[in-house]
Amino acid sequence: MNFFTEIASFFTFSEPNVKVVFWGSLILCSISGLVGTFTLLRKRSLIGDVISHSVLPGIALAFIIGQQKNPLYLIIGATVTGWISTYLVDYITKHSKIKNDTAIALILSVFFGVGVLLLTHIQHSGNASQSGLDQFIFGRASAMNMSDVWLFIIVGSIITLLVVVFFRGLSLLSFDESYSQSIGFPNELLKLVLSITTVVTVAMGVQAVGVVLMSALLITPAACAKFWTNKIIPMAILAVVLSGVSGVLGSAISYTYNGMPTGPWIVVVISLFAFISAFIGSKHGLLKKYIQRAKNNTKILRENTIKLFFNPDTLGETTFQFEDIFEKSNMQRGTLKKGLKLLKSDDLITLDNGTYTTTEEGINEAKAIVRKHRLWELYISRFMHLQPDHVHDDAEGIEHVITPEIEKELEKELDFPTKDPHDSDIPY
Amino acid sequence: MIDFWIILTASLVATTTAILGCFLIMRKMAMIGDAISHAVLPGIVIAYYLTNSRASFPILLGAAASGMVVTYLIQFFNQRVKLQQDASIGISYTFLFAIGIILISIFSNDVDLDQDCVLYGEIAYVPLDTLTLGGFNVGPRQVWILGTTLLIIAGSVFIGYRKLVLTTFDPAFAAAMGVSVVLWQYYLMAGVSLATVVSFESVGAVLVIAFLSGPAATAFLLTKDFKKMIYLAIGFGISASIIGYYMADWLAGSIAGAIATIIGVQFALAFIYIQFLRKSRISETLENKVLT
Repeated sequence: MNFFTEIASFFTFSEPNVKVVFWGSLILCSISGLVGTFTLLRKRSLIGDVISHSVLPGIALAFIIGQQKNPLYLIIGATVTGWISTYLVDYITKHSKIKNDTAIALILSVFFGVGVLLLTHIQHSGNASQSGLDQFIFGRASAMNMSDVWLFIIVGSIITLLVVVFFRGLSLLSFDESYSQSIGFPNELLKLVLSITTVVTVAMGVQAVGVVLMSALLITPAACAKFWTNKIIPMAILAVVLSGVSGVLGSAISYTYNGMPTGPWIVVVISLFAFISAFIGSKHGLLKKYIQRAKNNTKILRENTIKLFFNPDTLGETTFQFEDIFEKSNMQRGTLKKGLKLLKSDDLITLDNGTYTTTEEGINEAKAIVRKHRLWELYISRFMHLQPDHVHDDAEGIEHVITPEIEKELEKELDFPTKDPHDSDIPY
Repeated sequence: MIDFWIILTASLVATTTAILGCFLIMRKMAMIGDAISHAVLPGIVIAYYLTNSRASFPILLGAAASGMVVTYLIQFFNQRVKLQQDASIGISYTFLFAIGIILISIFSNDVDLDQDCVLYGEIAYVPLDTLTLGGFNVGPRQVWILGTTLLIIAGSVFIGYRKLVLTTFDPAFAAAMGVSVVLWQYYLMAGVSLATVVSFESVGAVLVIAFLSGPAATAFLLTKDFKKMIYLAIGFGISASIIGYYMADWLAGSIAGAIATIIGVQFALAFIYIQFLRKSRISETLENKVLT
């Protein structure tokens, strides 16, 4: 069967099992996107990692006690040890000099070790139905059945309800814990709600995507969303949507190519979203940063070039040949040409027969930038007691970022000066 | 004899990682070890697929390459796009680990690489793979590789000890003295990558993390002297290997799992001891105050 018919058969649920995988991944990923938003904002992303490793001994114990693979038993067992692990991490960090990251690494590896020991112990004891427990480590979404999906729906609704009910408190806790405490929010209760929802989400998801990758589902969607917004509600919604979409895409891919694991594909898809967001995201995105930097460089070049046209004697019109102005500047030839072109396109100067002449607008711009420069020189020589020959370089940088408000403030502070520290006039 | 080789293998890993672990936990970088040990997977799989053998050198190269990729990714997210540290670590290593598992299933027909052995190693098989030198059986190959690694790591830590300690405990002062903090950080990271990669095959990712963080943390609870801390950590690592081996034997379970469990028990005992000590010290001072 070719690729498209496979994809089509996935989205039309032509096989009953596909429906299970589709809904299972969608619900699971959406819930973890929601919960992950809060853990990310609380800077506790790696707690998800601890929990997902620590559910393993719980699963093994539930299996030993229950003697069968009942999903409810397993989730309860997973929740219990998962919760103990987060409690231990907090307790160790609070009551000893051990740092948080060390506590996390220690607890996750030890709990996982205990889980592995118990699992291998069960296997060696020859219990036949234990096969399939292994999938908890790497996950197998295709092994989900309808009762798992119903469980996801019920537990997912409870978690969503909890988050909605406690939304104000949880947001406050995530952004400013001590403030939340001081205005009387029940911080301990909120932390408990958050840790229980996190643990239950992980316990639920581990069997579908596996131990290691479950932590990705908590961290990555929220991190993606954080590249687009700083507001918590849009962030949570975006995280849920992105996570849900990657859940569906990931399981579609793994369905299309036979024998492909579902969990890793979901994680790869959501990670790709994260990379894309890191490049083009509107908050801290690389592209935005480059554009900003390019804009800044242009602004600085433009201002530095117009400054060359400042005429200290007449404060009026200036004319220059290219070679003269090149000598006066300490720029590269190409850079200066670029700068002149910028000025010309903004009508700050005119070019006539190789002679550059400032326009009215250009004169004012040149004055403005020189004024800022000299005001700043005067300011730091007066208030920071720097020698007049030490202030130029500093002013050279700051003149490009002084806003009109700061300029006014400087003028007031310096009592509308007329001379800079080098005894040159400050043009108004 | 098999007992001896397995315990020796675990002890060699324990010693190497304990030395590095002491620096890592003091630098708040314990989770970087976690990240690297998971993220080396795709490199190992690709090297394994290309060379079609378990030869150590290509695998080492592959793992080192993906170790570098994950360090770069973490750096990228954390510094270039200002994502918080924990999330940067989380995104980067889960992504590479996922790629690794996908590669395993793509190559599953050509590559005899078990997913499980990646996480909890095959330490029990170490004695089976022996090295013959000039016709003599000189013991398991892994023991030689791990022994060499230990010498390299211990040697480089010994040579760079003063600078490493300085940049660990007072980076600002180190920078003021003209010691490059970044350079020594990479020096340490290179050591961690090497140790992780080499230990990977024998003890698995999770035990490496337990070895990196556990014994060092236990030792840190018990002493304030950094040199003593390193020696104590080595001691805890080796004793956990010995006790863990016999416990696994007794329970018929995974050796790596049992050793990790013992590392946890050691930490718990030290932790309880410290709490107890602190309480008795507080009550002592209270009593003294009441008496005077």
